[in-house]
Amino acid sequence: MSTTILTVDDSRTMRDMLMLALTDAGYRVVQAEDGVHGLEVLRNEMPQVVITDINMPRMDGFGFIENVRKSDKHRAVPILVLTTESDAEKKDRARRAGATGWIVKPFDPVKLVNAIRRVSGVAA
Amino acid sequence: MDAMAAIKQTFFQECEEQLAELESGLLAIEGGQSDLETINAVFRAVHSVKGGAGAFHLDDLVGFAHIFETTLDHVRGGKLAPTPELLKTMLRSADVLADLVRAARDGGTVEEGRKKALADELARWSGGSGGAPAAEEAAAEEEDSLAGLNFVPIQITEDDVDFSGAAPDAGNTFKVSFKPHRALYAKANDATLILRELSSLGTAEIVCDESQLPKLGELDPEEAYLIWNITLNTEKDEQAVREVFEFVDTDCDLTVEKADPPGAADVDIAALIRQATEAAAPAEAEPAAAAPAPTPAAASAPANAAASGDHPAAGGKGDAGIAVTAQTTIRVDLDRVDRLADLVGELVINQAMLAQRITEGNHGKASSASVALDELEQLTREIQESVMAIRAQPVKSVFQRMPRLAREVATLTGKSVRLIMDGEGTEVDKTVIERLADPLTHMIRNAIDHGLESPEKRRAAGKSEEGTVRLSAMHRSGRIVIEVADDGAGINRARVKQIAIDKGLIPADAQLTDDEVDNLIFLPGFSTASTVSNISGRGVGMDVVKRSVQALGGRISITSVPGKGSTFAMSLPLTLAVLDGMVVTVADQTLVVPLTAIVETLQPKQADVHGMGGDSRVIAIRDRFVPLVDVGQVLSYRYEAADPMTRVALLVETEGGARNALLVDAIQGQRQVVIKSLEANYGRVPGIAGATILGDGRVALIVDVDAVVADARGDVYRDPGLAMAS
Repeated sequence: MSTTILTVDDSRTMRDMLMLALTDAGYRVVQAEDGVHGLEVLRNEMPQVVITDINMPRMDGFGFIENVRKSDKHRAVPILVLTTESDAEKKDRARRAGATGWIVKPFDPVKLVNAIRRVSGVAA
Repeated sequence: MDAMAAIKQTFFQECEEQLAELESGLLAIEGGQSDLETINAVFRAVHSVKGGAGAFHLDDLVGFAHIFETTLDHVRGGKLAPTPELLKTMLRSADVLADLVRAARDGGTVEEGRKKALADELARWSGGSGGAPAAEEAAAEEEDSLAGLNFVPIQITEDDVDFSGAAPDAGNTFKVSFKPHRALYAKANDATLILRELSSLGTAEIVCDESQLPKLGELDPEEAYLIWNITLNTEKDEQAVREVFEFVDTDCDLTVEKADPPGAADVDIAALIRQATEAAAPAEAEPAAAAPAPTPAAASAPANAAASGDHPAAGGKGDAGIAVTAQTTIRVDLDRVDRLADLVGELVINQAMLAQRITEGNHGKASSASVALDELEQLTREIQESVMAIRAQPVKSVFQRMPRLAREVATLTGKSVRLIMDGEGTEVDKTVIERLADPLTHMIRNAIDHGLESPEKRRAAGKSEEGTVRLSAMHRSGRIVIEVADDGAGINRARVKQIAIDKGLIPADAQLTDDEVDNLIFLPGFSTASTVSNISGRGVGMDVVKRSVQALGGRISITSVPGKGSTFAMSLPLTLAVLDGMVVTVADQTLVVPLTAIVETLQPKQADVHGMGGDSRVIAIRDRFVPLVDVGQVLSYRYEAADPMTRVALLVETEGGARNALLVDAIQGQRQVVIKSLEANYGRVPGIAGATILGDGRVALIVDVDAVVADARGDVYRDPGLAMAS
């Protein structure tokens, strides 16, 4: 079975782009539209890596990460934060929330796959 | 490539949604709703546009969105208060952002000066000193994102060149000490992977320091005890080495020191990696597997026992908290819905036919066939309503274009306008919505250009300088009513009447009520602006608005109070597919009169009907004289005026509020009918709005009440002895 990646982003554009880049790289992708939805998806999925946006309605990326880290089932999953904000403050907050790493938007597909490999050690 | 093009299309669609969200959010804040959620939604909208634009290298859009976002971030952070002035700037910025999106999509350009002016204005709000800080910040961000691309400069020095012949791996040697903290593992980072990444930079000698590892009994599986000392020989520089630790640099003790190149670094890399992996394995595997907490560890490590005791509880809470059902929507091709609506229309006709057969078959009301038919009717109506509900959409999609229009017209006319919108959630058929935009646009323009006075005049009249235009939608007795109300000077009736006389629209001696004068502005060829402004001008008058509203089966009316303002009200059917009608007989023909137009029905009495010369007659209804219109005569079914005594009169109200009595031969009943276009199937017939198919399969024409009344009134017009009074 191929590696599963959960992407959480409220922007359809970004979800589509992630889907394209990740499926091209051979990953299986499951999607969620915000933090609340992401947690719902995690009830039935066991992704090897999670990629999440920060600014989202209902539950933002910080809240989502905190919740995942509290879950017995998923707390060891690597979480990459997608952010256009490259300032230290945002990264720091993501890290405090429990993010494993981050990707700066707009992302380059090669860089994205590199980051995934870096935190999970798995290729597609 | 195609996939990217599709995503780009999605991006532009999404942009439109975000822009709408942005505008309505800003307007909500302007209206005093400055809670954090609204501000966040506005911020997110701009942020999303920027994020997507970056992916497609739409640099203009990214640049402007960034400056906008920065200002919004200040508001979000409470550093900047959302004052009315700031909101004005932001609303205009939202317009520029919308233009930039459209320019990017359709290939146009946005006036540089306008963009720059607003960018500077935004920057002043957030930075305090012109556009410079924001520009710098943007540049800084750009640099940062380039750094993120992992372009690692390769250092080539003369030393390297000299050296390269001897040892291919030679370059820099770094002594790295890496002591992960417990937090590193808690965030799912993995020392093994980091060491592997580091090894990939060159050749590495990795030594694991286990000195701090406690005895098994005292070992906390979630604690970090291992320290790695790495000697790395690489061509890369220190920055590249540190970059490997980018994600973890706050969760470990890390030292990177440049050392002299070693004499001989002949190390078996594979063995080293294996060794490192093995060394790292126990430390990283255990936290990952900590969920089914091993009992000895739990017993021996109280801190951990407490922690794992906490987890199920927290997890349970989380699960309960996320039991929110996501709203599911599907996108359906409109053609399919229309096809369904058409089929339901046919079903309604068929059911009417079936009803007719059952009646003809002389089955009693209580027969099983009749009862089954009743149930079928119930079902049909429900199906029909459900199909209509699919097509129904909130008027918001049209309303949300209006604030921008209002701002633009206000700027052009030098007036200050506050547009208040109500009832944007009111739903109406999609077709109606699409055709609502033009009349509404014109009505808003008209309200600002002609309705509101200049700030000076307003001040002189003791009003606030800012004029108010209220746009509202509501459901009222099976129709949607949309009102555009201004608090301007109201209609200058003397002037309107004079213009109408000058243009030969009414006789000079016409006696008109206030209402009738107000309604003159709907006459073709009437325009109150003495100079045609480029706002309300464009050759479009209120008569065109009236015609497009009528084409939708709607009515438009005006009420005006001098000094207080004018209100235009459009009343439209909720759907263009079905109509509640009164089925009547006129000269052996079956006709349908829209029920919405009918106020009451009555039996004319001899004493109430009075001749007015020619064929014109009026009927007295509760102390008022109302023109009596013989439908049969107007539609040329007969030439002689019919005798009212043996017939029925339908008291109808036209869009102007004028009342007339339509004379018909008999009333058959009230029925919901499916509207079929006569124009599409046959041709336009004056006085007829459309057609429908009755239960017996015959076609019945639907009467256009206003047209019939106007036609009858036209006859009166030609009579020189009478004013145009209705």
